[in-house]
Amino acid sequence: MADNVFEKVKKVVCEELGVQESEVKPESSFTEDLGADSLDVVELVMALEEQFSTDIPDDDVANLKTVGDVVSYIEKKLG
Amino acid sequence: MGAPLTAGRHFFSCRLAHMLLEGKKGLVVSVTNKNSIGWAVAEAAHNQGAHVIVGAQNERMLERVGELVADYPRMSAVQVDFGIPSDMEALAERVKNDFGTADFVVHSAAFAQREDLQGRFIDTSREGFGIALDVSAYSLVSLCKTLEPVLADDASVMAMSYLGSTRTVGNYNVMGVAKAALEACARYLAVDLGPRGIRVNVLSPGPINTVAARGVKGLTDMITYVHDKAPLKREFGQQEVAGSAVYLMSDLSKGVTGQIVFVDNGYNVVGM
Ligand SMILES: NC(=O)c1ccc[n+]([C@@H]2O[C@H](COP(=O)([O-])OP(=O)(O)OC[C@H]3O[C@@H](n4cnc5c(N)ncnc54)[C@H](O)[C@@H]3O)[C@@H](O)[C@H]2O)c1
Repeated sequence: MADNVFEKVKKVVCEELGVQESEVKPESSFTEDLGADSLDVVELVMALEEQFSTDIPDDDVANLKTVGDVVSYIEKKLG
Repeated sequence: MGAPLTAGRHFFSCRLAHMLLEGKKGLVVSVTNKNSIGWAVAEAAHNQGAHVIVGAQNERMLERVGELVADYPRMSAVQVDFGIPSDMEALAERVKNDFGTADFVVHSAAFAQREDLQGRFIDTSREGFGIALDVSAYSLVSLCKTLEPVLADDASVMAMSYLGSTRTVGNYNVMGVAKAALEACARYLAVDLGPRGIRVNVLSPGPINTVAARGVKGLTDMITYVHDKAPLKREFGQQEVAGSAVYLMSDLSKGVTGQIVFVDNGYNVVGM
């Protein structure tokens, strides 16, 4: 399950940020390591919402700094 | 974008005579991505037979809009920032070269600083106020002024507003003031351009998940709230706005100008 979510997140991240799969690690920070600006972040969040059919409210977005943050957030949401 | 294209072609080949915008040419400014309201409008116009130039605010967005329009035979992309005079002049030139004259112009753009879209309205800075009003309202005036020489007689101009113009909506703040200005601009422009048969209207969609809307704090809650309270209970989004936009571009709305058309599942009529 965990791997599965990570793989899906990785795919979305690569598509949205135009980075290589090998660059996307659980500890990668979106803004610092993967070069995302504020527009990228909004678009990434929306793409994740679409992929996992869930809402990610702004207050939660503030806490999602790394790929790993997103994976555990989504795992928790999908319960 | 494969599916809509096939659908569009099919539609094109069998129903050519019945398309609402056949032979019409116009522009939609601006589009960020496939979620943009402007994109749904451009796509719907195209599928009704129109030729559409789609605006992208900067180089980076142009690249993406270029990818979007590539699948559509009668669409092209142009880079235009309302704040850059040379971009605006180039836009008019582009319309002249590609179309001669434009039959419709869809203004679908707004901006306010993020800090002005949360908390108390009273805290809005003079600078933030100016930016929001300039980009979100004055831009309609300058767009009409710049394009006036290349607008066809009987053209249709429209802009996107929101209920926050006449009612307070938490966090919408300075953008509500900007939308009030935008709506007033549309009425005055309708008077100025009316003698040439040119119509200027405003669409007022309910909250929809887009990049611009995500700038307003608490958007996802707003969407749930409106879906809950509105008379119509079905899902609602970009496509519904696009449908009304096509109506306003078409000759079906010939007698309509200076109006605010709500596309919000009827939410605006509900008191309690
Ligand atoms: N999404 C909603 O809930 C909603 C509701 C009512 C009205 N609207 C209005 O619809 C319109 C389109 O917004 P959207 O929701 O599709 O979001 P969007 O982010 O997809 O589109 C907004 C566009 O405005 C453009 N823009 C901003 N400043 C610009 C400038 N200086 N020059 C040129 N373009 C500029 C951006 O590049 C972007 O493409 C806006 O006027 C918005 O206020 C949106």
